[in-house]
Amino acid sequence: MMTKTLAQPAVMAQVWMLRIARRNAHRFLTYLLLIGGSIVFVIPLLWMVRTSLLPSDLIFADPPVWLPTAPAWTNYVQMWTAGPFLDWIRNSTVVTAIGVVALTLSSTLAAYGFARTRFTGRDKLFLLVLATLMIPFQVRLVPEYMLFNWFGWVNTLYPLIVPSLFGSAFYIFILRQFFLTLPIELDEAAAIDGASSWAILWKIMLPLARPAIATVAAFAFIDQWNDFLRPTIYLYTPENLTLAVGIRWFAGNNSTQFQLMMAASTVTLLPMIIVFFIAQKYFIQGIALTGIKG
Amino acid sequence: MSAIVGSRRRYRWWRDNLGVLYVLPWLVGFIVLQLFPFIASLAISFTKWDFGGAPVFIGFDNYRRMIADPLVLQSVVNTIYYTVLSVPSGLAVAFLLAVLLNQHVRGIAIYRTAFYLPSVTAGVATSIIWVWLLQPNGLANKGLSLFGIHGPPWLVSPTWALPALVIVSLWSVGGSMVLFLAGLQGIPQGLYDAVAIDGGGHFAKFFHVTIPMMTPYFFLTSVLGIIGSFQVFTSALVMTQGGPAGATTFIVLLMYWEGWQWWRMGYASAIAWALLVVILFFTAVQFRLARSWVYYEYGRPESGGS
Repeated sequence: MMTKTLAQPAVMAQVWMLRIARRNAHRFLTYLLLIGGSIVFVIPLLWMVRTSLLPSDLIFADPPVWLPTAPAWTNYVQMWTAGPFLDWIRNSTVVTAIGVVALTLSSTLAAYGFARTRFTGRDKLFLLVLATLMIPFQVRLVPEYMLFNWFGWVNTLYPLIVPSLFGSAFYIFILRQFFLTLPIELDEAAAIDGASSWAILWKIMLPLARPAIATVAAFAFIDQWNDFLRPTIYLYTPENLTLAVGIRWFAGNNSTQFQLMMAASTVTLLPMIIVFFIAQKYFIQGIALTGIKG
Repeated sequence: MSAIVGSRRRYRWWRDNLGVLYVLPWLVGFIVLQLFPFIASLAISFTKWDFGGAPVFIGFDNYRRMIADPLVLQSVVNTIYYTVLSVPSGLAVAFLLAVLLNQHVRGIAIYRTAFYLPSVTAGVATSIIWVWLLQPNGLANKGLSLFGIHGPPWLVSPTWALPALVIVSLWSVGGSMVLFLAGLQGIPQGLYDAVAIDGGGHFAKFFHVTIPMMTPYFFLTSVLGIIGSFQVFTSALVMTQGGPAGATTFIVLLMYWEGWQWWRMGYASAIAWALLVVILFFTAVQFRLARSWVYYEYGRPESGGS
């Protein structure tokens, strides 16, 4: 067989070319799908930016104006006066900033407690953390509303901020999984040197857990910034809305003003893009490290 | 003497159980914001409570009414239809994208960003963008006409409104994609090398290594995907307001209307509990089925273990 093939250089060359062709076909298909897919995924966002720069009289032009010759930057100016846009940005910033810090901190503490300390009933309590992941939060919504209404918190930002002080089951789960991957010998060595569990957390665990914590903080940022159901239920006067619900205001208000909604959407997306570029180094690495599959 | 023993015992308890302090914030939140509302909402579901007045106990009336309520039936059918369309296609798209991103090609960060960015776009912004794209003579139909397809009127058509929302959900599939990608990158290269030594090519590697090794991720994403798709809300509220002709009235949307438009808190709670039961049922079924198809490298993980 071998000698036969060697004896026929023409056949050899053919096999060889076929192999290269196959490999190239594979590469070609990969690039085709990657580039084609990226275009499909990005076009809606590009169309959003393009529409946000369109003068209002060209919005429904048919055939469409693909790119505005003179970008209507005035849409971005009009956006500030058409609704209480500054209030929305301020509210979203407050909710997100406090939420990210509080969620990350409280979830880290709980995750460390579940992963690295001993106390009676620890593993049973952790099962409860997992159980809350399976239960849709809508079940709790009516009593929660009643409770916060009783506190006088309806139409304030408190219902969006206060729950974040107590951590989130999903983040606790991710961080606990990560802490479990760190060698226990680190703790033991530090404990022999007289370090308290608090010192071990701050001096040893946190520096090592940076990718996982960055991942959780990024998730928390995205969730808080984009939260929709809670603000929809709790907030009703225009100046108290967050950005994620405020955008809708342009839809209900007199005629739907697509160019303003697209401008507002673009501004809403900006922080996500920034966070993504900062966190993307950690993102996949962090998720991979946490061994999320359980 | 006994005081000293007592204080020593207390000291010892605290020394052994100090860790509970770390989980204390979570525990307080769990009791006040999870456990209490959870039980209270079950209690409220047995009452007629028009917000403002006092709740009146009515036994199982809300549940009885729910079974006969055509709106509830429609919302359940719509939600299941949405789940059946969106979860399998979402998994397929997310996995395909992850496999593509796992190739060694140049400029991978750009593609990764392109696929991921839509999933971090605020739900309202996503909805508004797609309302605009899916206008009867919007960009989506302009694109289809390039291929000679006359696009449907999407959001104003009772037939096409729900599939349109599924398409929007596919656009936001980046979260599962990242999970898959993390999974793919965790597959030991040695397994592929072993297949190569045995003379296996791309297909053998894909079907005998990649797919079996990824089954825990398929399982995780399908469990989370079904839980998520049963809670579909934002796109239906913003894009279609549950219409046209109730074609996109989903369970959570109906619950929102009952609770915060019509202020029927008892009925809204009953709907929420029905949602919980349905979700737990589907989750349990999946865990049951998982035994036959999910492959665990190190045997089955203990519940709650790592």
